Amino acid sequence: MKIKENSSLKYISILALIGAMFLIIFILEQLLPPTSMLFMVLKKGAIYSLVAVSLNLLCGFTGLFSLGHAGFMLIGAYTYAIFTIPLEARNAVYQYFDGGIINFTLPVPVALLAAGACAAVFAFLIGLPVLRLKSDYLAIATLGFAEIIRAIFQWDKLGPITNGSNVLRKFPSFSSTIFPFAVAGLCIAIIVLLINSSYGRAFKAIRDDEIAAEAMGINLAKHKQLSFTISSFFAGIGGALLAMFQTTVQAAAFKSSMTYEILLIVVIGGMGSVTGSCISSFLFIAASEWWLRFLDDETYIGSFKVPLLRSGFRKVVFSVVIMIIVLFYQRGIMGTKELSMDAIGRFFRKFKKEEDVA
Amino acid sequence: MTENILHVEKLTMQFGGVVAVYNLSLDVNKDEIVALIGPNGAGKTTVFNCITGVYEPTSGRVSFMGKDIISTYLRGKMKKQYSGEIKECKILNPTPDEITKLGIARTFQNIRLFKSMTVFENVLIAKHMRAKQNVFTATFRLNLHEEKRAREECLALLEEQGLLHLKDELASNLPYGFQRRLEISRALATEPKLLLLDEPAAGMNPQESQELADFIVHIKNKYKLSVLMIEHHMDLVMKISDRIYVVDFGKLIAHGTPSEVQKNQRVIDAYLGVADDA
Ligand SMILES: Nc1ncnc2c1ncn2[C@@H]1O[C@H](COP(=O)(O)OP(=O)(O)OP(=O)(O)O)[C@@H](O)[C@H]1O
Ligand SMILES: [Mg+2]
Repeated sequence: MKIKENSSLKYISILALIGAMFLIIFILEQLLPPTSMLFMVLKKGAIYSLVAVSLNLLCGFTGLFSLGHAGFMLIGAYTYAIFTIPLEARNAVYQYFDGGIINFTLPVPVALLAAGACAAVFAFLIGLPVLRLKSDYLAIATLGFAEIIRAIFQWDKLGPITNGSNVLRKFPSFSSTIFPFAVAGLCIAIIVLLINSSYGRAFKAIRDDEIAAEAMGINLAKHKQLSFTISSFFAGIGGALLAMFQTTVQAAAFKSSMTYEILLIVVIGGMGSVTGSCISSFLFIAASEWWLRFLDDETYIGSFKVPLLRSGFRKVVFSVVIMIIVLFYQRGIMGTKELSMDAIGRFFRKFKKEEDVA
Repeated sequence: MTENILHVEKLTMQFGGVVAVYNLSLDVNKDEIVALIGPNGAGKTTVFNCITGVYEPTSGRVSFMGKDIISTYLRGKMKKQYSGEIKECKILNPTPDEITKLGIARTFQNIRLFKSMTVFENVLIAKHMRAKQNVFTATFRLNLHEEKRAREECLALLEEQGLLHLKDELASNLPYGFQRRLEISRALATEPKLLLLDEPAAGMNPQESQELADFIVHIKNKYKLSVLMIEHHMDLVMKISDRIYVVDFGKLIAHGTPSEVQKNQRVIDAYLGVADDA
């Protein structure tokens, strides 16, 4: 009885927290100009959170390594863009390809789902041969896939669909920060539900010990396939959100460095921690896009030119910071732990106890 | 007549040039505790790995409760080497999870628990394969009654095994003896008909291994199991085994009741004489 009360209290407090978060964003949007750097960081941070959590499902919770996450995001971004560009804008967008060959549009929610589904189909097809092998060929296969898919999408012959190497634009995007928060939040919630389900336990068992997992009746190929497909599904949706955020899509942008960025976020946040991935996404985006910006500007104090500060220096400092984090916090900010009400409560109780002792 | 549970026929397992198991046949009948003994490196664990589908045997056949579950054919170089000894038959090469679903559970010589998971979760994993669910129903909690039943069954099992008070501990934090017991509990949770134990008493002192002997007999009766175990502790083996198979260099060198095996000169030469320290 008591346990039940506790858990319903927990749900209420989580809901309240989420409500408060949206309220704060709403209020901020009324107060600050929409061009504020804060919103840019929040939007991109939310999108990267989703992508990082989806990669964490695979790396942190199933113990599989994909180096093709950017490839799945690319598929999602293109799928979304291709099916949502308004008909009247197609002639302008596909100016070299007679307006393209697709002559219908999908509503935004359907297009988002389609973006995920397309990425998932590709993942399924890659996984079919690769995940049956005992050793870890997935990383190599996905790395190759991401490179190939980027080239294919820029191929002229596919121009009527992908617009070749030209940008796709004029598709619906969002202006409010609420939208990426809501979509990414919903997707992350679904991933969390999955992780805490019987299937999530099976994934973790595979991560901990494949041979023992098999001996407990878990079909390795099937469950790896599931995890990989679902992870890519959400990467596809993340890619679509990124397209909306940038308002244009170009295959050339989805380089393997994007995959490494996301992998880095997952490692910094802690393999196997959903909240860790989210926190580290926001920190990563804020640091790289905002807080360290000043390093790129030539600065004068009086007539004294501050040395080292010049365009590109930000990247150097950023790399050093990341190296330090990876060297000294090998398990990431959160390890495999989650930030939760209980954890915060425990932290403060511990704090209080120490105070009492002192 | 006694009902046959496990029948292994002319099993051979070759790794490159090493013949780990050669032409080995053994049987486990209903309600029996059968021991598989032999010196280090004799191929005992390899027999388990073949029965449970971890390795695909070079040749041989395994049947479980009267049904063929594994059978292989010979190819390449091995075909020449062994031709004429084994008749070819239908190929059955199941994965370990399929074997577990059929009702054969095992433990490992070097304990393999899910280290980052709690004791309770370690046992719950066993229920995953039999639950009527798919990813969708599991994610959106449409399988609540399945999940509830699994949890209740596992709680009951943990209570019965004396592990209930540890249920929220991480498996890796348990003392060694409890880790062994958890591994057996986890195997029991898969609802097996046949339990394969790989050196369950390894690292135990004589008193602990006595307790383990009683425990094995107890679970055998309670869950109506047959047991095939690999063990070096001779007192335990002699006390609870109905029959003993002795292997040396992958070959069966003796087979019989404990008293028959103890008197067998070949066994004394190959194993009992030298393995008192094991
Ligand atoms: N995967 C493998 N690849 C190559 N050789 C193997 C493999 N597994 C086992 N062997 C070899 O097969 C032989 C039998 O090993 P096995 O582990 O079955 O012995 P065992 O009887 O269980 O010994 P122990 O009492 O030490 O556990 C050994 O020589 C071993 O080196
Ligand atoms: Mg062994």
